[in-house]
Amino acid sequence: MNLTTVKRTLLTIVTEAVVEPSLLRDLERWGVRGYTVADARGKGSRGARDAAWDETANIRIETICSRERAEQVLGQLQEHYYANYAMVAFLTEIEVLRPEKF
Amino acid sequence: MSFLDPVILFFLFGLVAGLLRSELKLPGALYDSLTVFLLLAIGLKGGQGLATQPLAPLIPQIAAVILLGVAQTLIAFGLLRGPGRFGRADAAATAAHYGSVSVATFAVATAWLAARNIEFEPQMAILLAIMEVPAILVGIALARGVSKDTDWGALGHEAFLGKGVTLLLGGMAIGWAAGPEGLVSVKGLFFDLFKGVLALFLLEMGLIVSRQVGALRRCGLFLIAFGLGMPLLSALLGLGTGLLLGFSVGGLTLLATLAASASYIAVPAAMRIAVPEANPAISLAGSLGVTFPFNILAGIPLYHWLATQLAGASS
Repeated sequence: MNLTTVKRTLLTIVTEAVVEPSLLRDLERWGVRGYTVADARGKGSRGARDAAWDETANIRIETICSRERAEQVLGQLQEHYYANYAMVAFLTEIEVLRPEKF
Repeated sequence: MSFLDPVILFFLFGLVAGLLRSELKLPGALYDSLTVFLLLAIGLKGGQGLATQPLAPLIPQIAAVILLGVAQTLIAFGLLRGPGRFGRADAAATAAHYGSVSVATFAVATAWLAARNIEFEPQMAILLAIMEVPAILVGIALARGVSKDTDWGALGHEAFLGKGVTLLLGGMAIGWAAGPEGLVSVKGLFFDLFKGVLALFLLEMGLIVSRQVGALRRCGLFLIAFGLGMPLLSALLGLGTGLLLGFSVGGLTLLATLAASASYIAVPAAMRIAVPEANPAISLAGSLGVTFPFNILAGIPLYHWLATQLAGASS
């Protein structure tokens, strides 16, 4: 099969569930058009985030966009969220069909 | 009446299981569902009581508990800043927890009174909803100062239309509109099962509290002393307010319990957003690790005893 894929960047954010509403508002303001949010749990430098109740719940947000846009958003996250919230964000190069969507 | 109320035993069971690092874990969705149930049940019960009495006397009572919540937050802030040497953000966030209220503590107190056939005023549920809010706004003002940058519209929306206040007021509106006779059809679920649901909820609370032990060990003795002393001081303020408002012994006990209780749902979420530089582990270790267990194990009987003494002295 011959598929014509195009390179895009996947931005993944793992953070505290409590920031979800304000973070999603900010992402849209920074030009993110679509995203997927999932509940998550895990462990890191801020201890176990076992999602046993609201205060220890994590979320994982994924969004696909251009490399340029992803880097801008990452910079904004570093400026506004990294200091005070438990947050890990990273970029992955991926290939997609229908590039006009992203 | 023995001290070993089953709901308390469920709490202790959860606490011990958590401390022993048992595998026991309730699904997060269940905890959320139980919270919704408790808030609605408390609202319905209060609302049906209000349906049979005039609403005008409520206005001074609402004003009084708003002042009570503001005063408690300011006192807590002063204690944490002065003797406690907390930073501004941590002091403000923790003070907001202590100025606000805990629905679980209130639910245990109503069950405690009901088990002893002690009546209380139905409007306590509305006072519970009201008292959740002022401390959040005062806490944010203490941390931030009153500046133009603060988006008070968004904060107010969050504080007044959070899950707790919405469900309490919604339940009360339904209870008030349907009245005691209309509620007969849902009584089996919301009133008869209340104590069983509360027991299950407290099992989860025991597990949650057990996880605060580590944080408590890092926070030091002052936080423990504050977590025990602040509810006692607040309870006295609550009793004084209740006396001025002419409440019954049951109402006095509940208002003292409300004043003494510290929030661990609405306030932590609001503070995490509005005062992100405050360390949430400190305020939660105090309100959940110390004050919640103290109130349900020792505080409620003590506040009731004080209420009996004061009501006897003033009549």
